[in-house]
Amino acid sequence: MQFANVTLTVGRALERYRGSLRVVRGLILLAAALLGLPFVGNDYLFSAILIPFLVLALAGIGLNLLTGYTGQLSVGSAAFMAVGAFAAYGFQLRLSALSLIVSFGLGGVVAALVGSVFGLPSVRIKGFYLIVSSLAAQFFVEWVFTKFPWFSNNNASGVITAPPLVILSYDFASPQGRFQLTFAIVVLATIVARNLVSSRIGRNWMAVRDMDTAAAVIGIPIMRTKLQAFAVSSFYLGLAGALWAFAYLGTVEPHGFDIDLSFQILFIVIIGGLGSLYGPFLGAAFIVLLPIFLNQIAVKYLSGFLDPGHLENIQKILFGGLIIFFLIREPEGLARLIRVSQDKLRAWPLTAAR
Amino acid sequence: MGFFAEVLIGGLFAGLMYSMVAIGFVLIYKASGVFNFAQGSMVLFAALTFVSIVEKGVPFWWALAITLVAMLALAVAVERIVLRPLVNRPTMTLFMATLGLSFIIEGLAQTLWGSQVHGLDLGVSEAPVKIGSISLSQFDLFAATIAAATVGLLALLFNRTRLGLSLRAVAADPIAALAVGVDLRKVWGLVWAVAGAVGLVAGLLWGARVGVQFSLSLIVLKALPVLIIGGFSSVNGTLLAGLIVGATEKLAEVYLGSRIGGGIENWFPYFLALICLLVRPAGLFGETQVERV
Amino acid sequence: MTNWVRVFATTLTVACVTLAPGCNKNASKESADQVKSGQAPESNREQYFPLQSYRVGPYAAGGTGFFGGFIDYLRLINNRDGGVNGVRLTWSECETEYVVERGVECYERLKSGLNGAPAAATNPLSVGIAYATLDRSTIDKIPLITINHGRTDSTDGRVFPYVFPLQLNPYSEVSAIVNYIGQREGGTNKLRGKRIVTLYHGSPYGKETQPVLDILAGKYGFEIKHIEVPHPGNEQESQWLEIKRWQPSWVILRGWGVMNPVAIKTAVKTGFPVDHLIGNIWSNSEEDVKPAGTAGKNYISITTHPSGTAFPVLQEIKKYVVDKGNGNLQDLKRFGSVYYNLGVINGILNVEAVRVAQQKFGKQALKGEQTRWGFENLNIDDVRLKDLGALGLLQPIKLSCADHEGGGKVRFQQWDGEKWVLISDWVGADRDLLRPLIEASALKYAEEKHLKLRDCSNEATL
Repeated sequence: MQFANVTLTVGRALERYRGSLRVVRGLILLAAALLGLPFVGNDYLFSAILIPFLVLALAGIGLNLLTGYTGQLSVGSAAFMAVGAFAAYGFQLRLSALSLIVSFGLGGVVAALVGSVFGLPSVRIKGFYLIVSSLAAQFFVEWVFTKFPWFSNNNASGVITAPPLVILSYDFASPQGRFQLTFAIVVLATIVARNLVSSRIGRNWMAVRDMDTAAAVIGIPIMRTKLQAFAVSSFYLGLAGALWAFAYLGTVEPHGFDIDLSFQILFIVIIGGLGSLYGPFLGAAFIVLLPIFLNQIAVKYLSGFLDPGHLENIQKILFGGLIIFFLIREPEGLARLIRVSQDKLRAWPLTAAR
Repeated sequence: MGFFAEVLIGGLFAGLMYSMVAIGFVLIYKASGVFNFAQGSMVLFAALTFVSIVEKGVPFWWALAITLVAMLALAVAVERIVLRPLVNRPTMTLFMATLGLSFIIEGLAQTLWGSQVHGLDLGVSEAPVKIGSISLSQFDLFAATIAAATVGLLALLFNRTRLGLSLRAVAADPIAALAVGVDLRKVWGLVWAVAGAVGLVAGLLWGARVGVQFSLSLIVLKALPVLIIGGFSSVNGTLLAGLIVGATEKLAEVYLGSRIGGGIENWFPYFLALICLLVRPAGLFGETQVERV
Repeated sequence: MTNWVRVFATTLTVACVTLAPGCNKNASKESADQVKSGQAPESNREQYFPLQSYRVGPYAAGGTGFFGGFIDYLRLINNRDGGVNGVRLTWSECETEYVVERGVECYERLKSGLNGAPAAATNPLSVGIAYATLDRSTIDKIPLITINHGRTDSTDGRVFPYVFPLQLNPYSEVSAIVNYIGQREGGTNKLRGKRIVTLYHGSPYGKETQPVLDILAGKYGFEIKHIEVPHPGNEQESQWLEIKRWQPSWVILRGWGVMNPVAIKTAVKTGFPVDHLIGNIWSNSEEDVKPAGTAGKNYISITTHPSGTAFPVLQEIKKYVVDKGNGNLQDLKRFGSVYYNLGVINGILNVEAVRVAQQKFGKQALKGEQTRWGFENLNIDDVRLKDLGALGLLQPIKLSCADHEGGGKVRFQQWDGEKWVLISDWVGADRDLLRPLIEASALKYAEEKHLKLRDCSNEATL
């Protein structure tokens, strides 16, 4: 009887705090990854796989907030990443008393400001034509950073190099350290994004996406909402840009943030799934891992038969083919594909044979 | 004054070349609502195929015919395999699919023909010809004639043939077109084929101008502002927009660029397009969309 | 939230499983320990060269030529000599398509060696990739070779111990060109009042030399104008019309890729005499001129090495590698082209560095730190060049701890419609003028990164 009472109480408590338990479990997993992973993996895993994966996922989240949740098309994400990177560099260089994290944040803020400016046309231009605004940003920003040496500390080539990655006298320069820095920032940013999206701001964004005329009718301030979306999205992109420059590449030139990178981020968002927060992670895994995977397989099994040039072309064709395949199969992205598969798996033994 | 005229005319000619590429986009957008980013790769594929066949010793006109057939086959294959399953998807998805397609076409082109650079000789020299106080390149005049002829042919196609009529019907309202018995699939296939042919002409002209190599597919980034200014669905608009973009771009580079450091050609057309859109949100000749709550 | 934790964990597992070899942290440490202690197990009898090559994409023409020449030379050493003092050379390629991220991924994948063979040096032949792997190379202690290009201030080995802009850095390039123009005008004192335009590619590589040109203009009294061509350079009408308006006597072309043939064609179109257009080291290959067709006749460019197959080392490559069907080039007509010969020279320099390092560290497979010593003590004079069969192909070159460039001389060649013809003897740069600039720039970098300068006078041993 006592025993039954205890189990009942415990069971009820577990029920009531189920949500919080999930959170705690999640936090423990994340902490384990943050602290434990550096001991398990090697340089290659961090420098060439995890860090670009995380940074691109963060950029994808940024773009998703704008395109997936607010419905504003943008093809110039790399420009805002560039602004974030160069701004963070400038702050860290000129106000070296600032902590690195603060410089990153300020870089993001500058990117947000620039993003809002290029977001102004969205008030008047709708639909596919809006890409002109972000394309203008893309090429203009590239030009500005190449043309004016002030941004790169008067380096004749316009190249910036990472400042020492030291926060509170803890040096993050090693691959493991860079991974931990990136991981922590990305996790925090995602949590914030999660909260934003489920708040009133997020709902406003989705209202503007679904039908902005109706949204205006019920009193949502359209211009403010759109500009907010541009600003927040550019902040995330700026942060991702700073991480890309400092935690991943180490040295970067303005053309490192060219239109190909913008297309990559767009791919991540579309393939991962518009309007979801873990879609960008899936998309980033697709974009970062798949080419490497194809390359490893090709090199291991096919390098005897074909020369490297042909091998590379075949991988390209395969990659393009897979993109199209996934888009046909599940146009709403991998996130939905996985959710549908999860549902199917859950119901599997019980579904009738087709 | 002579210098200004030379820059202006050079810009107009360049603009015509941009229009050649943009027309391919417009055709496809008009018929199937798809923004075909792979047009650039198709231009590259056409140029590369032609040049490689010619270098193997095949005479000019035969090579042209073979390349034309190849382009038609490619275009129709693309329409059937890639675009048809994606009908009715959002614009962004289609755009991404064509981006993936451009990878495939580029990879295919390089697998078939290698990654060497080639020169393309169409038999017209670049040497300048003097008209009054201005010297014009013979090749530019030739290219302008071809471009004008293409636009003229397309205008004939749209306005005088049955296909053109079906195309305009499909562009205006696909459902209504279906209702009166227009075979959408045939129209789409034919339009893509025509776009492929236009791509071939653009590929030859551009290839002769800059040499046939991979960066040919970057031409598409120059054609985008032209498309945006002209509106996505008007061939005449594209032509006019091309002239505007070409002229202003060159004039800005020379007169404005020398003040602020040069190299502004890449972003100036986009800013121009942005301003045009702010004034007319659907492009100069585009169709305004009506939104209903 | 647990959803994407799950996703993240799955991705991680997939990554580790796929890249199982990479997940073993201790693999590279083992072989490193073995080499240090002087033991030489069988697998260590090979010296490895990781190749971040590009054979597809916009710059594939240069890549296939360069890496073709490099690989053929390595094969020659293996086939003819059995390696360097018995240590065979091995390599593997990783396609970068000239994209920086892929270059970085290739670097990380290949840096720990191949089957126990340690990496001697990396040769990415790309400014972007070199910049991105600069810090890593210094931390990982693997020499980064940027032959004929790279960061000019990396010439100062005190600040950049592991970066080598072999043979020619961008400053030396333009200084040599200015000196040649002076020669053509009848003496550098005749340059006063002349007009020179630099038509440069809108990228760090293109802009790198602007400060030096301004200083040289001040020194010699000529007027200089810098005109930018935005990437990729398909359209140059306005730039050349401006040049036509300003009427310079000479135009220096700092191009890359498609910008080169378009520049030549547009020059002809606007009536500028092509024989007063001088291309720099990345505008000097057959692939740059051929697409321009007949317009390219009489175009001049610089080169650190002649093209052609008359040199003994190339004949040896033909005999031992190409005629046996092992040649790396798809198109044998490119044997002896500018890029191919550059690859051969790069091979010679890399292998000589290994050889020199072996004199000090023993006839075994060497680590990056040791080959670095080899590079810094490279001293190839005419006698050695004759032995190598490269007299006239490669210039005499001597590196040191503080000087990672070594050569700094170029020759000038002219296109006759079919091939390049040398039209000058070796022309040098104003190295005395340039060295203080280089050191100042390097010091600035050192300050930014809080680096300590090496003391070159103390560098006796590792």
